[in-house]
Formats: sequence, structure tokens, C-alpha cells
Amino acid sequence: MTTPLLGLDKVSKLYKRGGLLGREEFRAVDDVTFHIDNNEPQVFTIIGESGSGKTTLARMILNMVRPTAGTIFFKGQDLASIRGGGARRRFMKEVQPIFQNPFEAFNPLKRVDRYLFMTAKNFTDARSSAQHEAAADAALNKVGLSLGEVRGRFPHELSGGQLQRVAIARALIPGPSMIVADEPVSMVDASLRMSIVNLFRTLRDDLKVSIIYITHDLATAYYVSDRIIIMRKGEVVESGPARTVLENPQHSYSQLLKSAVLSPDPHGHGVLIGDSAASQQARASPHPHVSSSEPQVR
Amino acid sequence: MVHIPASSVRDSSHVLETHDLRAYYRMKYFGIDREVRAVDGISMHVRKNEIYGIAGESSCGKTTFIKAIAAAIRPPLEIVAGHVKYSFIKDGLYELPAAERSAIRWRHLSYILQGSMNVLNPVRRIHKTFEDFAFRHMHLGRAEFDLEVKRHLERLRLPAEILHAYPHELSGGMRQRVCIALATLCKPEFIIADEPTTALDVVVQKDVLAMIRETQTEFGSSMIFVTHDLTVHANVTDRLGIMYAGRLVEEGRTADVFSNPMHPYTAHLIASLPKIGDTQPRSALSGSPPNLADPPKGCRFHPRCPLAMEICRHENPALTMLAEDHRVACFAASTKVQPSKDGEQGEMKTLEVVR
Ligand SMILES: Nc1ncnc2c1ncn2[C@@H]1O[C@H](COP(=O)(O)OP(=O)(O)OP(=O)(O)O)[C@@H](O)[C@H]1O
Ligand SMILES: Nc1ncnc2c1ncn2[C@@H]1O[C@H](COP(=O)(O)OP(=O)(O)O)[C@@H](O)[C@H]1O
Ligand code: SF4
Ligand SMILES: [Mg+2]
Ligand SMILES: [Mg+2]
Repeated sequence: MTTPLLGLDKVSKLYKRGGLLGREEFRAVDDVTFHIDNNEPQVFTIIGESGSGKTTLARMILNMVRPTAGTIFFKGQDLASIRGGGARRRFMKEVQPIFQNPFEAFNPLKRVDRYLFMTAKNFTDARSSAQHEAAADAALNKVGLSLGEVRGRFPHELSGGQLQRVAIARALIPGPSMIVADEPVSMVDASLRMSIVNLFRTLRDDLKVSIIYITHDLATAYYVSDRIIIMRKGEVVESGPARTVLENPQHSYSQLLKSAVLSPDPHGHGVLIGDSAASQQARASPHPHVSSSEPQVR
Repeated sequence: MVHIPASSVRDSSHVLETHDLRAYYRMKYFGIDREVRAVDGISMHVRKNEIYGIAGESSCGKTTFIKAIAAAIRPPLEIVAGHVKYSFIKDGLYELPAAERSAIRWRHLSYILQGSMNVLNPVRRIHKTFEDFAFRHMHLGRAEFDLEVKRHLERLRLPAEILHAYPHELSGGMRQRVCIALATLCKPEFIIADEPTTALDVVVQKDVLAMIRETQTEFGSSMIFVTHDLTVHANVTDRLGIMYAGRLVEEGRTADVFSNPMHPYTAHLIASLPKIGDTQPRSALSGSPPNLADPPKGCRFHPRCPLAMEICRHENPALTMLAEDHRVACFAASTKVQPSKDGEQGEMKTLEVVR
């Protein structure tokens, strides 16, 4: 057996939460074990309830948070043994994050292109600022942007989707072997979403990058993933090949998830399950006739 | 000051009307002026008791439009032209002095900002934030208030314990629900929600959408619901406006827009919805999203449009009523669609913005 790219062995994370007095121990991640092979790059998807520990798991894999129990190995190395700036940097070059919320990931007072230049400076051989710019531009091109569009802009000057693409571009600069992407597409529209997950495929197939893809979107998960785990309350409730699991979920929570996916078929006047009869009646009352009050079309 | 056209006050059943609204970001960068025309001539209305949806790709100007109607304008964003009129205020929003304008925002509007989950005060426990925001407005005793808050959280599937937590101790989805709870607790007249459910799992999302819908019907509020997620629109909104590059390109009853999209961009959006079971590579729209600092002339969609004709390169199609309650801005949709008089160089009624 070859050494896996990533291995999690009985990993748990306990947090203390609550009021000053009643601080409760709380298992954000509970005894999670899985591994990702090294010989076959893959898209490994984590899906699950909001608050089920996905981000916590991602932070542990990125070595930003220490597990309370259990071990995480990256290419055979126990993350707990990574000490010192050099070792840390080597690890960060290999495993790059894309965070849940682009607005959170960027400092509002710092121009976004700085992040790209800094990453090029810290993690690549590029030495001159012209080389940094070239690296940034090449990475941006991979995500459908260009340096011209983002140069000099602050995070609030870009929309959520643009910012998320910048975040992905930044993660690509060091040439990582694994990317941990926490809800990278939740801010972007369906069409861009497809282009981003298509990008993941390309990264996997052409650049041999494995991707941990955390998402609430079952459709893109099905479309892009090789393997999947489904989490609830810190635990993995189901895991397996993505298509098999999503086509035929076994655990009751996985089934619930699948059944809750909203259908894109028009339900007409916003009829949502859970809408009370009274509200439907209220809604049936005729709207005043439109054309008379329509703003004039010239 | 600008004269408000009579048409904008005629029908009281419109809670909100915008007329030729233009909001640009005006910046100087290395001495060069740059103008991002994020909202460029939007005329629409929201009726009493309806949920009006706005969809469109990332960076088409949805959030900017929302900022403009919520009086959340800060430099470099400027209202360059147009009107915003609410039924519950006598004057147009931008005809009011700035101080009054923000008072209106607090009194009548409830605004769920995009990414607002990140603006929760990091050093205050959640229950403090609820007190800061809502206690004064609710006119309830302490115990009743606490009970009401807990009940409301329950509807959003949040356990009461989170009230003792600090924001960083909650997951993204939990924080997002806290923001929705804050915005809906006081039974506002008009709710403006910008991508409020992006961080939620599908099970919770469904409940939260149902809650939003119920709150809205129960209190008779009207709502603008912005999301790029068309499946959410299919399930919650009554009418839907599709934005492209700062303009409204199609608008109609949600069901009609889905069953009979008349603008090629809308048709593309609907066709590209991924479904579970798809593994075929799907094509994204060719070409890149328009640069709003230098938008294409004519119909802004023309560089990416499969149906583009000569006229599309020069003229901006006016948003035209083509069927009952269904407006479209596309020359290919009907010969009734004429070039808009407010073309790129068209005269612009500049509005004096009181800062
Ligand atoms: N720093 C922290 N201190 C205390 N509790 C925390 C901390 N970070 C996370 N938690 C708790 O751990 C649980 C898991 O959180 P996590 O952010 O991992 O969830 P998630 O699966 O990413 O959810 P979402 O889908 O909403 O983003 C939550 O109940 C959260 O409140
Ligand atoms: N504060 C700002 N300063 C300058 N430009 C901005 C600012 N906010 C947004 N923009 C630009 O305005 C356009 C529309 O953005 P936005 O309204 O956030 O889009 P959406 O909400 O549809 O994704 C984008 O081109 C974006 O880069
Ligand atoms: S007006 Fe022309 S370019 Fe614009 S959407 Fe219609 S056909 Fe396409
Ligand atoms: Mg998370
Ligand atoms: Mg937005």
C-alpha cells in the first residue's frame, strides 16, 4: 500500500461553548476517519448539515486548528509534527485553502491583487514584481478573470463571485497538490458555478491536484465528485463513491438531504412546502391590474 | 431637486417604485477616473404583499441595486439619476435629506445584507446583539422578549443556546440564520434580502425559505429577494426580474419567466440549471461577464448572445411589455421592442444627491 495523500484517523474536535457558567463541551467533529489516495487525484466532497463540523474539519486538515483527539497525516507526515517556519511553509505550499466566505477571507483594507502578489512572492520562484504580476495574471486567467480587472481594487469593489474567483486564483499560484475549498461556489450563480467545478475537474485531471470540496450543492457535488462523505452533528453518517451515494442514499439523513433539494421547475407563485393554507389564500387575491400603473416604456 | 413624475405616486398598491434608477461607483485610481455603471436605468415596482425576486450572474449589479433602494449609499457609490419611491413616505427617497433617509431605513425597512453574517459584532454575544437591535422596537417586557426571540430562533432551527455564543463560535450557516432572525423579528413592512440563504444546507434552507414566506404573508410585508440561485426563485418569489450588466432584461411572474423565457440570457440561465444526475459537462455562457466600467454598446448582452443582430450592437433595447405582466428587453423577442431613448449617450437627468 502506498502512503495516502491525506489520512484522517479517528479525528475529533471538542469546543467549549455557552455562557460563562454553563460552558458545555461540544463535539464539533466526532471520530472522523477517511483517507485520500496519492496515486489517483480526486475530488473528495464533504456535504452535510449546517453546523455539522465541515469547516472545523477543513481547518484541521489545513493545520490551522489542532484536533482534540486523533491524527491527521499528509503524505505520511503527522501534521502535529510540523514545527517551524520552513516546515510550515512547505506544508502550506502543498495544501491551499479557499474559504467559505470571500468577504471574510480578504482584509477589507487591502487591495486584492496584493494577496496574489504576496502569494507569488512567498510560494513561487518569481522574484521580480513583473514576474509576480505575470503569475497573478496567469492564475486569474484560469478562473476567467484578468489582472486588468482586479488591479488596485479593494474587496468591496468586487462582487462576491468575482472575489471568490480571485480566491481560487490565489490558491493556484503555489502549485499545490491539494486544495481545500470550503463552499467555494455558494456565492456564485449557476453558470459560474459550473465553470468553477469544471475548473476543479481540470485541476484534478491536468494538474493532478486533489480537491476537498465542501458544499451544500448536491447537483454540483454529483457532477464533479469522485468520493463523498455526508456529515451530521460532527459525525460521518455515510460515505462512498459520490454517484452511488447520491443516487441511492442509505442513511436517513442523506435521504432527507436529497429530498430537500429544491426543484428548479417553476412552482408558480412561490408555493413552498410549509406554506400555510391561509398564506396561499392571501396570495390568491387578485393583484391590481398592471398596465395602468406600469412605469412607462418608451 | 427633481420633480417626481405623477405616475410614481398614482397607485398606492405599489410599495416601491424605481424610475430610471442609475447608481454608479465613481472612483479615482492613479489619477484616472473610473465609473462602474452597476445599476443603469432600472424602472420597476414591487406590489404590496409580494415577493419580488432579482436574479442575474455574479457582479451584474444586484447588490448595488439593493443598496440604492435601501438608502445604503456610500462613496464611491452615487445615485446618478432616477427615483426611488416608497408608498409609506411622501417624498422620493433621494429627495429627502440624508438624515431622514437613514431614519426611514431603520424604521420601515429591514435589510439583510449580503455577507451580513460577517458583520455581527464579534465581541458581543448573540443575545446582546438581539437586544441592541430589537428590544426597543418590540415593546415587550424582558421575559416576553426573550421568549419571542427563542421562539423565532426555533423557526429557523437554531437552538436557544446559540444566544450565549459569540459569532466566531457559530458556523457560517448559523450566523446567516441569526441575521435572518434579526431582520424578521420586528415584523417589518418591507424586507430586502440579499443572498440570505447561500450558506445553508438544503434541509435548513427549505425551512428558512418557508419561514421567510410565512413571515411575509402573516405580516403582509413586501419583499425584494435577491439571489443568483434560480431554484430558490422558482420556489419563493411571485415575480422575477432578471438583471444583466446593470439592467433589467426580463421581468414577469416567476412561473411565466420559467416556462416562457423571452430573453436569450434568461433562456440560457434556465437551461444551465444543474440537476442531480447530470455528469455531462455543461457549457457556461461563452465570453466573459461584461466589464461595467466599459460596458458593451447597444444591448449589453450582444457579445455573448447567440441571436445578436446588427441593431443589437448599436441600440439598447427598451424593456417592453410583451405579454401580460411580462416585460422583455430584446430586439429578437418581438418587433415591438424599440431602441431605448436613454441610450448610452442619452440625456441624463442628473440628480442632486444630498450627502
Ligand atoms: N471557535 C469555535 N468555538 C466554539 N465552537 C465552535 C467554534 N468553531 C465552530 N464551532 C462549533 O462547531 C460546530 C461546527 O461548526 P463548523 O463551522 O465546522 O460547521 P459547518 O459544517 O462548516 O457548518 P456550515 O455549513 O454552516 O458552514 C458548530 O456547532 C459551531 O458552533
Ligand atoms: N464599493 C464598490 N466600489 C467599486 N465598484 C464596486 C463596488 N461594489 C461593487 N462594485 C462593482 O459593481 C459591479 C456590481 O456589483 P454588485 O452589485 O456587488 O453585483 P452582484 O450583487 O450582482 O454580484 C461589479 O462590477 C463590482 O465589481
Ligand atoms: S437584443 Fe440582440 S443581442 Fe440583445 S439579447 Fe436580444 S438578440 Fe441578443
Ligand atoms: Mg462551514
Ligand atoms: Mg451581490
